[in-house]
Amino acid sequence: MNALVSPNTLKGALRPILSARSVSRFYGERIGCADVSFDLWPGEVLGIVGESGSGKSTLLRCLSGIDRPDAGEVLFEATPGADFLEIFDLPEQDRRHLMRTAWGIVHQNPRDGLRMDVSAGGNVGERLMDRGDRHYGRIREAATEWLTRVEIEAGRIDDRPRQFSGGMQQRLQIARVLVSNPRLVFMDEPTGGLDVSVQARLLDLLRVLVRDLGLAAIIVTHDLAVARLLTDRLMVMKDGRVVETGLTDQVLDDPQHAYTQLLTSAVLAV
Amino acid sequence: MSFAAQGDTPYNYAYLDEQTKRMIRRALLKAVAIPGYQVPFGSREMPLARGWGTGGIQITAAVIGPSDTLKVIDQGADDTTNAVSIRRFFERTASVKTTEATHEATIIQTRHRIPEAPMQAGQILVYQVPMPEPLRKLEPRELETRKMHGFAEYGLMQVRLYENIARFGEVTTTYDYPVRVNGRHIMAPSPIPKFDNPKMDMSPCLQLFGAGREKRIYAIPPHTRVVSLDFEDHPFRIQSWKQPCGLCGAQDSYLDEVVIDDAGGRMFVCSDSHYCETRRAEGHAGPMLGHQAAGTLAAASTPAKEPRP
Repeated sequence: MNALVSPNTLKGALRPILSARSVSRFYGERIGCADVSFDLWPGEVLGIVGESGSGKSTLLRCLSGIDRPDAGEVLFEATPGADFLEIFDLPEQDRRHLMRTAWGIVHQNPRDGLRMDVSAGGNVGERLMDRGDRHYGRIREAATEWLTRVEIEAGRIDDRPRQFSGGMQQRLQIARVLVSNPRLVFMDEPTGGLDVSVQARLLDLLRVLVRDLGLAAIIVTHDLAVARLLTDRLMVMKDGRVVETGLTDQVLDDPQHAYTQLLTSAVLAV
Repeated sequence: MSFAAQGDTPYNYAYLDEQTKRMIRRALLKAVAIPGYQVPFGSREMPLARGWGTGGIQITAAVIGPSDTLKVIDQGADDTTNAVSIRRFFERTASVKTTEATHEATIIQTRHRIPEAPMQAGQILVYQVPMPEPLRKLEPRELETRKMHGFAEYGLMQVRLYENIARFGEVTTTYDYPVRVNGRHIMAPSPIPKFDNPKMDMSPCLQLFGAGREKRIYAIPPHTRVVSLDFEDHPFRIQSWKQPCGLCGAQDSYLDEVVIDDAGGRMFVCSDSHYCETRRAEGHAGPMLGHQAAGTLAAASTPAKEPRP
């Protein structure tokens, strides 16, 4: 199932946007994640589920260029039709540029992804200014538009993230990432720490945004309900290894691996 | 060196030992080669508290020679404690001529101002810098700021200006206003008023910056593009005043506001004391020249005009 052909030989819609090849990362003797391979297709939302400590976040950090994997490679198609780049072979400068333009990372804790002492408008506008926008009026316009899209009142554009609720901070973080039109978004527990009604709104919002923008996304979560709502395909991890992959509904409704069966049966039904 | 044999001082010429001066000159050469880049250097203890101009004084000591003429200004004035002390320091340790006339000086060490009189080719302007890293307030990690300079990732600096405009309607930074040097490095021009920023652009003089406490040297070679950061729809502007200098009537100089009584009375005078005196000597008079307070202000700077022994 894991493609062994070089993704560069594939044409058109058949080309994945991101291809992980035997990605492994070790913390000394212990395994962070081991031998993870998969392809992510344009417009696809891939969920990575598993219990705490199963290597989900480690994998995400490797895929998103934050941590260098000890083995394996991560290939990324920066623009449609372009050659695949092995992101860890790139000079750091180019990798950092990719991280700020072609993909985005939504952190579990908004404090990691936002500048807490910069206004909401400044937070959203930073990526635009990074890429060289120097027109205050247009930056502000774009920031206002994105705040509205993530359901933050335009009137709060000059408030700082500290003055926002947890749910709003999370939405602000999403606006900050999406403003530069990335091709790929990584989300680490985007709904962690939010109460269920706020979670529901955020999930609605994410679903609309992902579908509207045709984004590819990788969502790490331990919440199977989130996975069911948002993702097309699921990867189940245990002890740093992928134990089962498949379409979301298929994995959740007909789990094959013993661990997946345990995971799905552990969900509380109200 | 024969100078040391004069008996007045046991120190080497210009206080620093030759090896240290060589080290500083090497840093200066690198700084000139990469305009705006902060070169680390082994800052020495000077007989002056850190933060009082130890960076500037070390650079001056490294470039000065017996044939030089030195001018030292502090906030534009030649007669304040810091300026007087540093000037006397080099009179004693480097036996150089000193002057207050901008056009006579070959080296001008300055704190927080650029002289009003245009700088000329061949002159060296040495700035005292307290905080060389323009990104420090935005990004506390040194490793990260070095990467940002290395990769020219300067969006964050623009965010700071954005925040100013969003909150106050304009960029409220009035001193130490960040500039882009030679189209590449973003640089802190030391706490000069933004009024002086345009004077750095394409200046015929060599501009050297020394931060003693932070151990950094950087430079702007002559005829180098220096652009103050701004937005297309909020262009960079310098300060302006509604009235001319109270003493000399100058309308084109940077003015200090001086409180002259306890009833809210105030006047504006040139911060560049030599420029103001020159204009008065040429017969220019400001509206406040006959005023009692103006008398003390004008007089205060006269003794410094006497020739030094």
